[in-house]
Amino acid sequence: MKRIALASLFALAASSAFAQVQVSDPWVRATVPQQRATGAFMHLTSPADARLVEARSPVANVVEIHEMKMEGDVMKMRAIEGLDLPAGKAVELKPGGYHVMLIDLKAQIKEGESVPLTLVVEGKDGKREQIELQAPVRPLATPAAPASGGMQHRHGHH
Amino acid sequence: MRIPMCAARRAHRFIALPAVLCATLLLAACGQAGPSFHSTDISGAAFGQDFRLLDPDGRQRSLADFRGRAVIIFFGFTQCPDVCPTALIRAAEVKQRLGAEADRLQVVFITLDPERDTPEVLREYTAAFGADFLGLYTTVDETRTLADEFRIFYRKVPTGGSYTMDHTATSYVYDPEGRLRLAVLHAQDAESVAADLQTLLQSFSR
Ligand SMILES: [Cu+2]
Repeated sequence: MKRIALASLFALAASSAFAQVQVSDPWVRATVPQQRATGAFMHLTSPADARLVEARSPVANVVEIHEMKMEGDVMKMRAIEGLDLPAGKAVELKPGGYHVMLIDLKAQIKEGESVPLTLVVEGKDGKREQIELQAPVRPLATPAAPASGGMQHRHGHH
Repeated sequence: MRIPMCAARRAHRFIALPAVLCATLLLAACGQAGPSFHSTDISGAAFGQDFRLLDPDGRQRSLADFRGRAVIIFFGFTQCPDVCPTALIRAAEVKQRLGAEADRLQVVFITLDPERDTPEVLREYTAAFGADFLGLYTTVDETRTLADEFRIFYRKVPTGGSYTMDHTATSYVYDPEGRLRLAVLHAQDAESVAADLQTLLQSFSR
């Protein structure tokens, strides 16, 4: 699995030495001035069953884990308590599904910068692990499955 | 109603006439029914006939301003991390696919969140997807009236000391004479929408 290999490389680079959950391909959607919210996207893979329970970032006053759903052709977005990370399964946070919502931004999020994120993951034993990462900012008009740094992600298309 | 009627005629003529002649007659017989689309054909719909909104420069805009061009409109809010960018990216890709015909399509984004989507935000936001995309707005009250008229559902949902919005993600397409023709679902890809616009534009001369 090329993806897992790349993911672990990225996680090593991006997270603390003890981090177990692998984060790959994180990115944040750029904003225009005065736009006060945006989303962060990534893939998470945990070696053991775990749950993403919290996200934090210094760029926003409020950070939530969100789920986007279509009901009929109505888009609904909700904060969720946590996101299950089943052992060994890459969980995608991407447009059309889950995202980390950055609310009440302190400043414009500009393309080319990167956004520090802290993810808090809870294991079955209740132990919490913090993952620190830097998510590059991609243009506002970034499609759901952008080409990224040589990683060949192929998402299902309708 | 027009489509089943046409199908019935088709069946009838196929029995009676040789194929080539039949095809000729079919074109004549079914010409009234119009072309077929990937999107939902809502030609003749009694809603969403027109709007009177402001552009970021404060000028009043209505469909008449875009005569001669097809118009695709989408309702959303700029703090939407997911559906709204996706719809506008699709619109940009549709324009790209239209090639030489791209200037015959006007993309319009109508905000459902005029409290936060100020003219400046709208201008910058739409420009991030296409230099000629137009963001339009009105007052909070008028937005509600407009959305009802266009059968667009939306609702504020409190979250994190702020709010997000649930909203209909359907885009509407108007023909170059300003008539509502198509409802485009969020899940439709750019290819099918571009094909529909090509079909639509074909029946109108430049
Ligand atoms: Cu969200």
